[in-house]
Amino acid sequence: MNKGKVWKYGDNVNTDVIFPGKYTYVLMEPEEMAKHALENLDPGFAAQVKAGDIIVAGRNFGCGSSREQAASCLKYAGVQVVIAVSFARIFFRNAINQGLPVIQSEKAVRNISAGEEVEVDFEKGQIKAEKGTFKFPALPDSVLSILKAGGLIEHTKLFIRNVDIDDTSF
Amino acid sequence: MGATFSEKVLGAKAGEVVIVSPDYILSHDNTAAISKKFAQLGVDKVKCPDKIIIILDHVVPASTEKYAQNHKIIREFVEKQGISNFFDIHNGICHQVLSESGFAMPGKLILGADSHTTSYGAFGAFSAGIGRSEVASVWATDKIWLRVPDTIKIELKGSFAKGTFAKDAILKIIGEQGADRANYKALEFCGRAVKDLTLASRLVFANMAAEMGAKNGYFAPDSRTLDFLRQHARADFKPVFSDPDAEFEAVLKYDLSTLDPQVACPHTVDNVKPIAEVEGLKFHQGLIGTCTNGRFEDLKVAADILRDKKIHPAVRVLILPASRKEFLKALRKGIIEVLAEAGCVILNSGCGPCLGAHQGILAPGEIALSTANRNFQGRMGSRDSKIFLASPATVAASAITGEITDPRKYL
Ligand code: SF4
Repeated sequence: MNKGKVWKYGDNVNTDVIFPGKYTYVLMEPEEMAKHALENLDPGFAAQVKAGDIIVAGRNFGCGSSREQAASCLKYAGVQVVIAVSFARIFFRNAINQGLPVIQSEKAVRNISAGEEVEVDFEKGQIKAEKGTFKFPALPDSVLSILKAGGLIEHTKLFIRNVDIDDTSF
Repeated sequence: MGATFSEKVLGAKAGEVVIVSPDYILSHDNTAAISKKFAQLGVDKVKCPDKIIIILDHVVPASTEKYAQNHKIIREFVEKQGISNFFDIHNGICHQVLSESGFAMPGKLILGADSHTTSYGAFGAFSAGIGRSEVASVWATDKIWLRVPDTIKIELKGSFAKGTFAKDAILKIIGEQGADRANYKALEFCGRAVKDLTLASRLVFANMAAEMGAKNGYFAPDSRTLDFLRQHARADFKPVFSDPDAEFEAVLKYDLSTLDPQVACPHTVDNVKPIAEVEGLKFHQGLIGTCTNGRFEDLKVAADILRDKKIHPAVRVLILPASRKEFLKALRKGIIEVLAEAGCVILNSGCGPCLGAHQGILAPGEIALSTANRNFQGRMGSRDSKIFLASPATVAASAITGEITDPRKYL
């Protein structure tokens, strides 16, 4: 994993500020979607975010709508991982299913500041930041296998082609 | 140790991950996007066409060529896949249409590409929102992973005092508990007050369970549920109940009789205040309707308040019936006439202004007072507009004065 610059936000970053409802049926292309990421929360984000940047936020990140674009627009904008105190349930699923890694770590969030560079190591389950190294628990296998496949669509393709694939990793 | 409703339906203990086959899968206007995902999977036909329910409601009738194209793609997909449970634009909002059409049955597992899929718990179903890729994947495989949720019990007692309703109760609960209190968890609404709650009111609770972060909300089916389903059920079903000795994460108690009307203030649903603290605040647009509060009983209480009155000249009020059936019921009882006489704009049943796509967008600086379930920044239009949430009675009373008003003054 490469180092990434941190964008820091508060609690309850909801799907309408990440990807406004008015775009949900209009913007379909990844580049277009990326241009509007976080528009209602931080209008400067989309223009300045760089590939590999990291979002760090408080509780209940991604609450609200089930719209998958809230996860995919961040991925298309180049975000490599979102670290939050907690995630809203559907956003958590959507992020995994879009191949966007998510990490839950209150300690990391408390200790990481906006603008610093941090390094995330998924194998070791740790985040290296200025104020220290923070461990996070590994994701369940069923979830990891989707991330590894590059998202649910790719994972399901594997499943369809090879029905012997372990059911529990579906 | 017994099992909770959710543990029984999913067949495993809370915390475990299970692979399940849903009974029904809902999608709406997002079906066009889902069908594109489905196409990427490289299979030609959906596995179980009879499990698929598609309801066009989000932008109906189409407001732009783009939306029209989406609807066209969906109609062609429905045709090609032989999907019989298709509801075109004249039916209403998905959660109401699915419920009134008898798909929401006790013990069924219903998943939908919409966060308020939690609604069907009002009928004793297990229902949860999922994402688009997941719907495409379920169409192809009839399988999905779900984590069995822990359950929080919400015990309701007492009966509503004048001027308070299900909406006030659930706003109060969300305000006290917080928008993420039930994240990844199930809510079970129970207690002595439940038997007096109409199915329409139970839908308000189950619908807004999503705003507390819940995976699903649940009411044990009772005689009201079964009476309704005797006429409408689409299939055989078997009610499922939590065991008395099941393990609940928490039991929260609420007394409906001591409740004041509540208002959720911008920009989060848990920013809830009793009406006295926001009374007098001027607003520009009222909205009575949506999948949360657009049923007959909601329109009726609004009409009771607005009968022989005019809405304040500084406000505009939109009426958005949850479905054509509910609209017709209200029409036949003269309720729609009362609302139109008062100066309200009657919209067709659909999502319309609720998600800011068309039919009542807010300009910068404008304030809406709405019966919907969500008040996120920019949801109904401009990023610089604000949304307050309240009951239909509160919106109707406020429409007369042009400022947030306690409905008890008009009842
Ligand atoms: S009425 Fe609003 S909350 Fe309900 S389904 Fe439509 S957009 Fe969603």
